[in-house]
Amino acid sequence: MEAKMRKNRSALLHLREEGNKRMSGLGALYRKELADHIGSRRFLIVLGLIVLTSYASLYGALSNLSDAVASDSEFIFLKLFTLSGNSIPSFTSFIALLGPFVGLTLGFDAINSERSEGTLNRLVSQPIYRDAVINGKFLAGAAIIGVMVFSMGLFIGAIGLLATGIPPSAEEVGRVLVFLVFTTVYICFWLALAILFSVVCRHAATSAMLGIGLWIFFALFMSLVASMTAGLIYPINDSATVGQVLNNYECQTAINRLSPYYLYSEAVSTIMNPMVRSTNLILPQQLSGAITGYLSLGQSVLLVWPHMTGLLALTAVMFGASYIGFMRKEVRSR
Amino acid sequence: MEETLNPIIHTEGLTKCYGAKTAVSNLNLDIYPGEIFGLLGPNGAGKTTTTLMLLGLSEPTSGEAWIDGKNCTREPIEIKKIVGYLPDNVGFYSDMTGRENLHFTGRLNGLPEKVIAERAEQLLEKVGMSQAADQKTGTYSRGMKQRLGVADVLMKDPRVVIMDEPTLGIDPEGMRELMQLIRRLAAEDGRTILISSHQLYQIQQICDRVGLFVEGNLVACGKIDELARSMQREGRYVLETAAFPDDGGFKDLLEKLGNVDSVEREGEFYVVHSRSDAKRELLRRALDAGYTLSHLRQRENDLDEIYHRYFEEAEQEHGSENEKKPKRFAAFARGRE
Repeated sequence: MEAKMRKNRSALLHLREEGNKRMSGLGALYRKELADHIGSRRFLIVLGLIVLTSYASLYGALSNLSDAVASDSEFIFLKLFTLSGNSIPSFTSFIALLGPFVGLTLGFDAINSERSEGTLNRLVSQPIYRDAVINGKFLAGAAIIGVMVFSMGLFIGAIGLLATGIPPSAEEVGRVLVFLVFTTVYICFWLALAILFSVVCRHAATSAMLGIGLWIFFALFMSLVASMTAGLIYPINDSATVGQVLNNYECQTAINRLSPYYLYSEAVSTIMNPMVRSTNLILPQQLSGAITGYLSLGQSVLLVWPHMTGLLALTAVMFGASYIGFMRKEVRSR
Repeated sequence: MEETLNPIIHTEGLTKCYGAKTAVSNLNLDIYPGEIFGLLGPNGAGKTTTTLMLLGLSEPTSGEAWIDGKNCTREPIEIKKIVGYLPDNVGFYSDMTGRENLHFTGRLNGLPEKVIAERAEQLLEKVGMSQAADQKTGTYSRGMKQRLGVADVLMKDPRVVIMDEPTLGIDPEGMRELMQLIRRLAAEDGRTILISSHQLYQIQQICDRVGLFVEGNLVACGKIDELARSMQREGRYVLETAAFPDDGGFKDLLEKLGNVDSVEREGEFYVVHSRSDAKRELLRRALDAGYTLSHLRQRENDLDEIYHRYFEEAEQEHGSENEKKPKRFAAFARGRE
């Protein structure tokens, strides 16, 4: 009995040791990638772009804040993020548009640059598990994105606080935090996508073009495709019934929601605006007897829970695909 | 060079197919501790595929390989702990310094920081890169990269070092230094070294044994002089010669020597293929005919010649199956050192 226990224990210790070893390879890669990102000129450019746009959007929001407050004086703090200026989009829409750029920039040459520089086969001949390479890259990118997003959020909050002098309520802080988590996941999706392209494509330029193409498609053309497809499936003419119009709209929304851009925008506008009660169409009959009021944070989160799940699933699928692609690829010299 | 009976690298029927093409077929190879083994063959002969299978980076279609008793396919992590691999065209992170690159490799191997710093320093010294250690590797020349690559491989203190085309694209001086370095690794540190290359001359200088690869088959394996002797037993002698005055008469004279198969002109020399040693006869006859020999060299100890011979044989065997343009060695059109 005792011998068996000892054996088990030594096996366990061995396992733990193995685990530590595994982590040491991953840790070393993670730290190196992190250092690479932080030191790289590319990252500084992205950071500069984000700082500039958020400052611009904040400026727009602040200049329109007094008008907005006059009409509705609740949740002023959230308005810093969602109000758009005269010709400047709001912070949330800026991020929805530029977030993908950040993700793509951090990941588009993750694997293929290692391959073309000839460092990949040196890397995989070290005693580390091969997945540590891709895991380390994704984790480092995700960490950078997380830090960037949260510091941006805090930065906007701090400036808003200084400018307006109105402290945020606990619920507002909660909503901002949920928004930042959403943003992080959203950008991580684009990072995973970029890494997938970097595994599939031999040249960094090809994978960058693919990524940018998809980004533009989702941001600009997806809604066109959705309305066209919905028009084909549920055609609407002058004599269309309410049912037909409803079907058409629902089809359109369903197609749109395939796009991470739409998913994110919808979720964020729900989270940042407590007035939003549903992400789907509501008929006047369904609203009869409803009391006007704000949704609590919990209810808003409940509303966008599917969006969060969807975004996480998309990210997981993209990362999974790149993981499998990377593990199966034979590593040869360039 | 003491050879124990237990080979450190051992393969049994190692085969790798890519679709219909067989890159390596039925390879049985034994390499002993402390040996420098040269894996020779033209481009695409299956050398790199073999090294990848030995490292567990590529899965063999059939057959198995062991290094130090560990199965290369099933225990790749254990293998990678004791085997250092220097790929051809080795690359480094160009925005890190040479030293940082070495430190990173050390960390990947899970070494303690203190050991890493000490070892990196020693190795940089050893490969003569101390001065450039704190420059970014992006500024390195090819030879410097190769030397840093050797240091990088040694960071894990491997028992076996596998080098893929280490001499490619290096100038003669750098080449000599690299060769000395490799020699020292085996002689002083007792590491086993496997070099794959198609540059015969360099390999000839440092290898204890060589294996000749043609189209995925190991056609010959052994010490260079053994291979040469086995060729002589088959009655193949190659003589390289030149004489003054260099006129047509000398060629006639060569052709009239006993047992001569053919005489070819290669640049400044005549190359005489014969079935027996013709040196003596040639000397006497040339003197009689009033020629002054300005060059006379027996070629049989050249890997070049040996390889050429085996390659021809292999071509004849396989030639009927796949009509191919014979692949030639870089060293055939060689720049003499």
